[in-house]
Amino acid sequence: MARFLFTRRGRNDGSALASRELKNPGRDAYLFKRRLTIAAGLVTIAVFGLFGRFFYLQVVQHRHYQTLAETNRIAIVPIVPNRGVIRDRNGVVLAQSYSAYTLEIQPARVKDLDQTIDALSEVIEIQPRDRKRFKKLIDESKSFESLPIRTRLTDNEVARFAVNRYRFPGVEIKARLFRQYPYAELASHVVGYIGRINDRDLTRIDEWGDTANYKGSDYIGKVGIELSYERQLHGTTGVEEVEVDAGGRAVRTLSRVAPTSGNDLFLTLDIKLQEIAEAAFGTRRGALVALDPSTGEVLAMVSKPGFDPNLFVDGIDSANWELLNESPDKPLLNRPLRGAYPPGSTIKPFLALGALTSGKRTPAQTISDPGFFQLAGQAHRFRDDKPGGHGTVDMYKSIVVSCDTYYYVLASETDIDDTARFMSQLGFGKKTGIDVEGELAGVLPSREWKRQRFSGKEFREEHRKWYLGDSISAGIGQGYNAFTPIQLAHAIAMIANDGVSRAPHLVRAIRPTGTEEQRLVPEIPAKALAGVRPEHLAFIKNALVGVQKEGTSAAAFLKTPYVSAGKTGTAQLYSLKGDKYVAGQVDERLRDHAWYIAYAPADHPKIALAVLVENGGFGAQAAAPIARQVFDYVLAGEKKPGPAPAFSVPESEDQSD
Amino acid sequence: MGQFLARVWDILSRRVDSFLFGVALTIAGVGLITLFSAADQSLARVWSQVTSLGFALLLMWIVANIPPQTIARVAVPLYVLGIVLLIAVALFGVAVNGSRRWLNLGIGRFQPSELMKVAVPLMLAWYFQKFEGRIGWKDFVLAAVLIAVPVYLIKRQPDLGTALLIAASGFYVLYFAGLSWKVIAGLGAAAAAAAPLIWPHLRDYQRERILTFIDPTRDPLGAGYHSSQASIALGSGGVVGKGWLNGTQTHLDFLPERHTDFIFAVFGEEFGLIGNAVLLVLYLMLIGRGLMITAGASTLFTRLIAGAITLMFFTYAFVNMGMVSGVLPVVGVPLPLVSYGGTALTSLFIGLGILMSVQAHRKLITT
Repeated sequence: MARFLFTRRGRNDGSALASRELKNPGRDAYLFKRRLTIAAGLVTIAVFGLFGRFFYLQVVQHRHYQTLAETNRIAIVPIVPNRGVIRDRNGVVLAQSYSAYTLEIQPARVKDLDQTIDALSEVIEIQPRDRKRFKKLIDESKSFESLPIRTRLTDNEVARFAVNRYRFPGVEIKARLFRQYPYAELASHVVGYIGRINDRDLTRIDEWGDTANYKGSDYIGKVGIELSYERQLHGTTGVEEVEVDAGGRAVRTLSRVAPTSGNDLFLTLDIKLQEIAEAAFGTRRGALVALDPSTGEVLAMVSKPGFDPNLFVDGIDSANWELLNESPDKPLLNRPLRGAYPPGSTIKPFLALGALTSGKRTPAQTISDPGFFQLAGQAHRFRDDKPGGHGTVDMYKSIVVSCDTYYYVLASETDIDDTARFMSQLGFGKKTGIDVEGELAGVLPSREWKRQRFSGKEFREEHRKWYLGDSISAGIGQGYNAFTPIQLAHAIAMIANDGVSRAPHLVRAIRPTGTEEQRLVPEIPAKALAGVRPEHLAFIKNALVGVQKEGTSAAAFLKTPYVSAGKTGTAQLYSLKGDKYVAGQVDERLRDHAWYIAYAPADHPKIALAVLVENGGFGAQAAAPIARQVFDYVLAGEKKPGPAPAFSVPESEDQSD
Repeated sequence: MGQFLARVWDILSRRVDSFLFGVALTIAGVGLITLFSAADQSLARVWSQVTSLGFALLLMWIVANIPPQTIARVAVPLYVLGIVLLIAVALFGVAVNGSRRWLNLGIGRFQPSELMKVAVPLMLAWYFQKFEGRIGWKDFVLAAVLIAVPVYLIKRQPDLGTALLIAASGFYVLYFAGLSWKVIAGLGAAAAAAAPLIWPHLRDYQRERILTFIDPTRDPLGAGYHSSQASIALGSGGVVGKGWLNGTQTHLDFLPERHTDFIFAVFGEEFGLIGNAVLLVLYLMLIGRGLMITAGASTLFTRLIAGAITLMFFTYAFVNMGMVSGVLPVVGVPLPLVSYGGTALTSLFIGLGILMSVQAHRKLITT
C-alpha cells in the first residue's frame, strides 16, 4: 500500500519501514529533477497548444471573425432613466428633465471631421460656438463616444436631417434628457446642478459599486441636492438589445428591460417664501436660513448672490465661468453652510443662558457700565458701543440694549473651556448635519482648539497659549468665533423650541417613481439641552421679546400683528483701535457684517431664522428688516416682494448693535 | 553621497531576482497599457492599478528579504487564519451577485479565498518539510484533508473556479513531494468518472457555463455571449491586431468584463497574434525562471513552495487564456499581472517575493 502511494523512496528498498529510516538524498534529488522536467515539458506543450489556438483564431479563421466583428449585430444599449423631479414643499417644480433631440457624431466613425461638420451645417444650423464646444468635448472624451454637436433640435431640423441621413455615416439624431431649473438663480445653492461625469465621479460610482447602473449616463449631481441625493434621483438604467447595421445604427429592438425613473424629492423649502427672502436682500450679499423650530425643516435658505444652474448643465462656457468664479461677490460660495463669520452680539443670549445654567449669574445681578472694560493691570480698553456706558445693567437689559461691558465682565470670570462646552451643546463648532454636502464646522474657540490651530512649526508657544484677552473678545462674539448662518439659525430655533434641537434638513419626502405615495424622510431623534432649567430658558426668551419691543431692533418691528423675539448683531471685520467706527469712512468690503437672529410668534414659534448681510453695517439696520419681510409673509400673509428698506435709525443710544 | 546611493541600491536590489523582476514588471506594464484601452482611456482605473502595483512591489520586496525558514514559520498561522476567515465569510460575508465571497473589513472588502491561494501550498510545504524523511502514505492522506477543507468552504460560497485552483495549488505540492504516478492516474480517472455524479450538484449557472462551453451558440446573449464575443475579438484581431485603442469589440461595448477576466481579449484584439506570442513568451520566461529557481532550491520546503508557486502562475495564465480563447469553460480567473484588481496583483507579487527569497537564500551562495 505504502509503495503504491508514494515513490520518493527507492524502489529497491526491501520494505516501507526501511525506507523511512534510510535517507537517500541523491536519489531524492534525481526524482525531484525528473518531476520538474516533466512539469516543464507539460508547460511547454500547453503554451504551444495555446499558441495553436491563437493561430487558428487569428490566422486560419481570421476572415470569418473579421466578418463577424463587422456585422456584429446585437448591441446591448443602456437606456438612461429619467432623473427624479425636485419639488418644493407645495409641489412646485424646482428641477426637472425633459427629452429633446440632439445631433451627435461618433468621431471614431467619421473620416474627416471638419468636412463632415461643414456638410452638416448646410442641413442644420451649426454655429461657431457649437463647433468650439464640440472640439472641447472631443478632447475630454473617449474616441468611441457619441458626442452632441447640436442640442435641442426643432422638429423641422430633425426632419431635414432624416432625409439626408444616408450622407452622414457616424452621425445620428438621438433623444436625450436635459435638466432644467425653471427658477434659475432662486435657491440655486440649495437645488444645485448636474454636470458631465468626470474621472472623479467615476471613482465615486465605483465606490458605490454602481458602475453598471451608470452605463450610458452622461450626467451626475455636482452641487447641492442634486449631488447629495444623487442616488435617489438617478434611477435604474434599463437595457435594450438591438440589432444594428454595419454603421452601428439600430435597426430593430430584440428585447427591452425598461429603465426605472429616479425618485422625486419634495423639499422642505417653500419657494414663495424663498422668493420673498431673496428679494428682500435686493442687491446686497449675504445669507438667510429659516427653519421650522419644531421639526428642523428648512423653509428658506438664501445665499446671495446666486447663479443660474442652467449654465452648468451642458458644461459652462469660459466667459460665464470667469464671471462667476472671479467675481469679488463670490456667487459660487454657499454662504449659509460654508460662510463662517464672527457672530457678534447674536452670541449674547446663548452666553447669558450658559451663565444662568452654570450659576455664574442670576437675572437680577447687575454691573455698572462706564462704557469700557479693562483687565487688571492692562491699559487696553475694551470699548462699549455706547460712549459713556449703559449705566446699571442687569441681564435683561444686557440683552435688550446689547451691552458689551456686561459680557466682557462675564467672559473675564468664565473659563473659555466651560463656555465652549456649553456652546457646543447648542451646535456651535460642529456641523448641524444638514442633508446636503459641504457644510463647515466653523470655529468654537477653546484652549484645545487654539493649540491645534497654531500647532504649526511657524508658531511659538506664546501663539498657542490661551490668554484672558482672547476670552474677552470671544465674550462678545468677536475674536476667534466663526459660526455659519445655519448654525445660528439652528441655535435660535433650539431656544424657540424650548431647548430641544431638531436637525435641519432640506428633504421632506421622497416619492418613489410611479407612485403617489410620499415617503417622509425619517426624523432624526431630537436632542435636548442638558441641565438647562425651564425658568432660565423662559427668562432668555422674554429678553429676546424685549429686544423687539424696546431694544435694538424695535424700529424694524413696529406694529407687527404678531409678537416676535430676536437679537441683533454686528460682526467687526476692521478694528479701529478705540476710534469711533464711522461706516461711511471705511471701505465697503471692510464694513461690519450685519447679523440678525429671531423667531416668531414668540409663544408658539412657527419660524426661526438667521440673517446675515455682508458688509451691511448694523444688524438692526440691514438684517432685521429682511427678517421682518419674511415674518410678515409667513405669519400675516403679506407679500411685499422687493428689497427690504435699510433702516436709517435715528442717532439714538440704541443704535449700538 | 555616491556611496550612500550605492548602499541604498544594494539594500533594494540584493534579494531581488532581476530577471524575474524585469519580466514581471514588463507583463504588468503590458497590463497597464491594455487597461487604459479597456477602461475607455479613463486614467482613473489605471492610477488605481498603479497604486496597487506600488503596494504589491513593496510587499514583494519585503517577502524577498525574509529567509524561507521564517516564511515557513508563518505557514501554519496563515493557514489557520485563512480557514477562520473562510468560516467568517460563510457566516457574515457580503453577498455580491449571489455569491458570498467577500468580508467587509470597514476599510474595504477582502476575499479570504485569495489568501488561501498562498496559504495552502505554504501549509503543505511546511508539513512535508517537518516530516521530511519519514513521509508515508498517511501523510499524503492528511495533506489531502488539508487541501479539501478550504476547497470545500470556497466551493460552497459558491466559487467553483477558485476552489479548483486552490485544489490545484495543493496538488502541485503533492506532485513535487513525490505522490505516486499511479495515484495521480487514479485521481484523474476518478475525476472523469465522478463528473456525471457531480452534475446534479452544480448550480444552474455552472451547468449553463459548461453546456455553453460545449456549444457556444446555445445561448449567444447569455452565458455564451462572453465566450463568443471574446473569440470574435481575438479572431478579428488577426496577425498584427487592430492597433492600440482601436479594438471595435472592446470599444463598441461588445466585450464584457473587459477590465478584469476578459482583458486578454482586449489585448489580443488590439495587438494580434504577434502581441499574443510576445505575451506567451513573457509568461514562459517567468515560468522558466521559476522552475530554475525551484531546481536550485536547497531544502525540501523551498523546492516544494517554489515549484507550486511557479506552476500556479502557469495555471492562472493558461486557464485565463484558454477561457478567453474558448478552449476552457468560463471560470472567474484573472490573467496574472494583467487583469485589473489589487488583491490578485498583491498575492501574485507576494508569490514572486517568495521565489526571490528562495533564490537569494540558497545555501550555495551564503556559504
